[in-house]
Amino acid sequence: MRVPLSWLCDFAPFGDRWQDLVATLDDLGLVVEAVEHVGQGLDDVVVAEVAEIGAIEGADRIRRVQVDAGDGLVEVVCGAWNFKVGDRVPLAPVGTVLPGDFRKERRKLRGVVSDGMLCSARELGLGEDHDGILLVDRATPLGTPIGQALGVAGDVVLDVAVETNRPDAFSVAGVARDAAARMGLPFRLPVPAAAATGDREVAALAEVVVEDADLCPRFTATLLTGVVVGPSPQWVARRLTLAGMRPINNVVDASNYVMLELGQPTHPYDLDRVAGSALRVRAARPGESVVTLDGVERALGGRSVAPGDDRRDCLICDGDDRPVGVAGVMGGASTEITDATTGVLLEAAYFDSVAIARTSKRLALRTEASARFERGCDPEGIDLAVARLVEILGESVPGLRVAPGRIDRRGRVPAPLDVPVRTARVNAVLGTDLDDVAVARYLEPIGFASAPASPGVQVVTVPTFRPDTTREIDVIEEVARHHGYGRIARRRLRPPQVGGLDAYQRERRLVRAVAAGLGADEAWTPPLLGPEDHARAGIGGDSLVVANPLSPDESVLRRSLLPGLLGAVAFNVARRAGDVRLFEIGRVFPVPGPERLAAAVRHEHAAASVVDEAELLGMVFAAPGDDATTAVAAWSVLAQVLGLVGAELDQGEPVPGLHPGRGAVVVAPEAGAAAMVRLGVVGEVDPDVAAAFGAVSGAAGQAGRVGFLQVDLGAVLRRAERRSQEVRPASRFPSSDVDLAFVVGPGTTAADVRRTLEGSGGPALQAVALFDVYGDPSMAAGERSLAFRLRFCAADRTLTDDEVAALRAGCVAAVEQAHGARLRG
Amino acid sequence: MGPGVSAGAAAVPTGDPGADPAGWADRAVQAVDAVATAEELRALDAALLGKRSPLTAARQRLGTLAPEERRAAGGALNEARRVVEAAVERRRHALAASERRSRIDAERLDLTEVLASAGARALGAGAASAGGGVAVWRQGLVHLVQRTRDQLEDVFVGMGYTVADGPEVETDWYNFEALNMPPAHPARGMFDTFYLDIEPEESVVLRTHTSPVQIRVLQAGQLPVYAVMPGRCYRRETADARHFPVFHQVEGLVVDEGITFGDLAGTIETFTRAYFGPDISARLRPAYFPFTEPSAEFEITCTICHGAGCRTCSQTGWVELGGCGMVDPAVLDAVGVDAERYTGFAFGFGIDRCTQMRHGIPDMRALFDNDVRMLRQA
Repeated sequence: MRVPLSWLCDFAPFGDRWQDLVATLDDLGLVVEAVEHVGQGLDDVVVAEVAEIGAIEGADRIRRVQVDAGDGLVEVVCGAWNFKVGDRVPLAPVGTVLPGDFRKERRKLRGVVSDGMLCSARELGLGEDHDGILLVDRATPLGTPIGQALGVAGDVVLDVAVETNRPDAFSVAGVARDAAARMGLPFRLPVPAAAATGDREVAALAEVVVEDADLCPRFTATLLTGVVVGPSPQWVARRLTLAGMRPINNVVDASNYVMLELGQPTHPYDLDRVAGSALRVRAARPGESVVTLDGVERALGGRSVAPGDDRRDCLICDGDDRPVGVAGVMGGASTEITDATTGVLLEAAYFDSVAIARTSKRLALRTEASARFERGCDPEGIDLAVARLVEILGESVPGLRVAPGRIDRRGRVPAPLDVPVRTARVNAVLGTDLDDVAVARYLEPIGFASAPASPGVQVVTVPTFRPDTTREIDVIEEVARHHGYGRIARRRLRPPQVGGLDAYQRERRLVRAVAAGLGADEAWTPPLLGPEDHARAGIGGDSLVVANPLSPDESVLRRSLLPGLLGAVAFNVARRAGDVRLFEIGRVFPVPGPERLAAAVRHEHAAASVVDEAELLGMVFAAPGDDATTAVAAWSVLAQVLGLVGAELDQGEPVPGLHPGRGAVVVAPEAGAAAMVRLGVVGEVDPDVAAAFGAVSGAAGQAGRVGFLQVDLGAVLRRAERRSQEVRPASRFPSSDVDLAFVVGPGTTAADVRRTLEGSGGPALQAVALFDVYGDPSMAAGERSLAFRLRFCAADRTLTDDEVAALRAGCVAAVEQAHGARLRG
Repeated sequence: MGPGVSAGAAAVPTGDPGADPAGWADRAVQAVDAVATAEELRALDAALLGKRSPLTAARQRLGTLAPEERRAAGGALNEARRVVEAAVERRRHALAASERRSRIDAERLDLTEVLASAGARALGAGAASAGGGVAVWRQGLVHLVQRTRDQLEDVFVGMGYTVADGPEVETDWYNFEALNMPPAHPARGMFDTFYLDIEPEESVVLRTHTSPVQIRVLQAGQLPVYAVMPGRCYRRETADARHFPVFHQVEGLVVDEGITFGDLAGTIETFTRAYFGPDISARLRPAYFPFTEPSAEFEITCTICHGAGCRTCSQTGWVELGGCGMVDPAVLDAVGVDAERYTGFAFGFGIDRCTQMRHGIPDMRALFDNDVRMLRQA
């Protein structure tokens, strides 16, 4: 909101110390976002008479003009043609600083020296007119400063950001009230002079019916006759302009002026064009529409814009029940004030703030009036606003008459609220040491009357212009604001607990470090995907869908990190990055079942969420040489770091999105459960999927492969089965290695054999690992040789050759029996 | 035999398609179905339908016919072409599928070999031939925003706080109502909200702030609370240099007996100095949030000019960081905490904004491109 300093000074003696005012407003939460100095140069630009106009050789758009400002002729070059010899115009001599910090220098144009400049209204910051030079009354003495000649002075305009909970401060007077209170200056509202009254009672001339009082708790109508529509007085137009509104005519301007000054919107109807001189306030009926002042036809009762929205738009209708305006938002075109208007029916009302907010949103029509009504106007501010409007309009319409009596339809209007405030509570919340008197002293200047109830308790009467303040805590906030947040002593708080991350959070950081250590950079891919992205990544099933997405490409909640990570790989491949490995830790969102939903909306348990949001680790390996085995090795490192025991790979079924022959589900046994728990998937991205995302470079002959690992961090990190924390000393005795190569059939995995060896080697088996895989034509189809090294070592002695031989024989027999394998010679 | 068809390829049907279009098409389809490789199919396709095929030649000869004959003959040739084209397409898919099958079969791996060979090097045996590890030639980097988040967590952990998490998909109650924003509350307009297309009994939203975690932490019932809650949030805002529809906040919540606004101001100051440095200060000024009362915005000394005034801070020497305030009693009431006995404060600010400020990143969108040329810096 743009607030001119001169206007603020109508209400309190702020003087010209605008810097103090800015600091005060900032500290009150009425943040000044910009300060604009207007009227620069108004003292230096002078009125001059045009003495002679001459052509410049070779120029057809500019002329040389001799002007006289009372101290001799000055020649300037001018491109405007709207004046003639004898006219009086504003002359900016060389050295004048015009609005926008523009300093006028001596210039030479087409060989003619210009010793100044003649100014348009816009160049002087006095309006938008830039069609020609501003013409000044011919009676104005030469040399008069233009500001003095036009009766305008320089000003400072503050752009104040008003929070939505402060409707009272959405006006010049409201800003002044808050600032004056803080600065210890007297604040006074205007006291309009009594208006001349007409002959006939308003009740005999007009009629108002409020049908839906819940939408409109108070409606007043004032009847003005003898109206002559014309321009506003200069000072009214000037202030409206400074505040950012365009002057229109004296009636509309008076209405706008009062709205800006006091925060109360009003609406003038052309009396002759209101059928039956009657207004009817009611909810719009289905299918009704009205053409508003801006010439747009507005259909009412449209879509719901909020939960619980009853879609009732409040209408103002005439005596024939035809809509003449959208209440609180915008008036109708049919009753607009015109040059022919002689009688005005003036509406000043208090509308339900929620209803106005919804109508404004429904119509996508936000106006100065709706912005004020939806925040909450003062139902008791109406009478002052009307009196002030009449006073201002009366200045340009001497014959203005107000019909005596009142039309004031009152329903349930909010009354001033009594709130008991405990001084001890004020201090307990703020950490201050105020007494009863100090609390009252902060409140009284902002209109909060206070009466002692008992020692330490006062009853604070909250005025109707502060709908935001209804409870003790709200009053405490006012005390804090006017005491000053900066004056509240800061205390170093020491929590009575030891801070720290929990086990999951600590290990999640460990996982991040491991993933980065494997050469992968952390990516953050969008949780919102396009509708086809899952299918493109080979992942079927339904997803949660956003009802109001910004774009269809970001409308579906992901169920896997694969689409996003492949997209990120593709982004980098397209920029010719040759060694892309990425990881991401992020949530996925499976579709919840009805029972889960039902539990979530009961809001009883902190842990009951709508969606079972799993936090996944995803890794993609797209560097040269990367493939499925890279991803499996990465998983192996991770499992080792986390001390995970018992996890296995299940290649029984193809994994969606992965190469059918190179994908596995990571599973682990669960205590007390027969089935294995699924931890994630690992392998190689299906080549068709990788190609569909553009995640492989696709250069001929370079079949790029992309390894992929995705595990559920919650399932992994919350597992109870971890390596024992117990550490045994290493044996002091020598160990013996045994190498065994088995030929196994297609149904036997390396892990199967290793497990069998681990199970049959006894306590002396210190370590076992596969070290060679070999297949040759002498073997049957699908057969291969797996070579393992076994290391035996006892804690208490050196194993004898016989003991080792026996252990070896036991292992061989176990593998032959369990897997139908044969030992290779 | 047409040009480009090598010896040993599928037999191209003989006969003039112009004389017997349907018969020619039958024979052509048979030939297409007999092709065994994609390469052969490409050659046959050219021979049957290409520029120098008998079909094209027959088409060119149509011009010599009388108009009514031309129409009938042309129609028959078009039909023959359609039938053969469809057969080629069908065959192409079948061959691609079978090629994919055989390639997949040939590439089948026992992935457990990688796990079974873990530790082979320790036994002096080298890695198994089936692949024995991850070759690493550079350390990857944790995401800039994540690093900021970790640093923020560390500062608060050092100040005695724990760290809490909450869901990103929330019910209307947690995201708004319990935070003192009943359905008609005008402050809801401050949040551009994504709604999900499921409505059990109330709206389900992507959380617009981390504040619903406050509710869940309080609901868990363990008082006092000294916790920070970092996490991802969503707002329906078009991306620009300072906004992104997906962003990250950290929320702080303290609820205990005897907590005052002075504690809040002191905590913000302590945090600011610990995180941004000893020469960076904080100040609070009144603001409005529905879930705190009194509410404040907190600003810190501009980290670019250290308070001297520059373009970043619009010459004020201060930049806005986040919001805070004393927990509104209505919020405590909503979760059954005695607001007379307990008071508390909450604060929140953008992790991405901190990252931008700390690393001088002009456009927030760059943080989510996942461009390794950027991820690998710093």
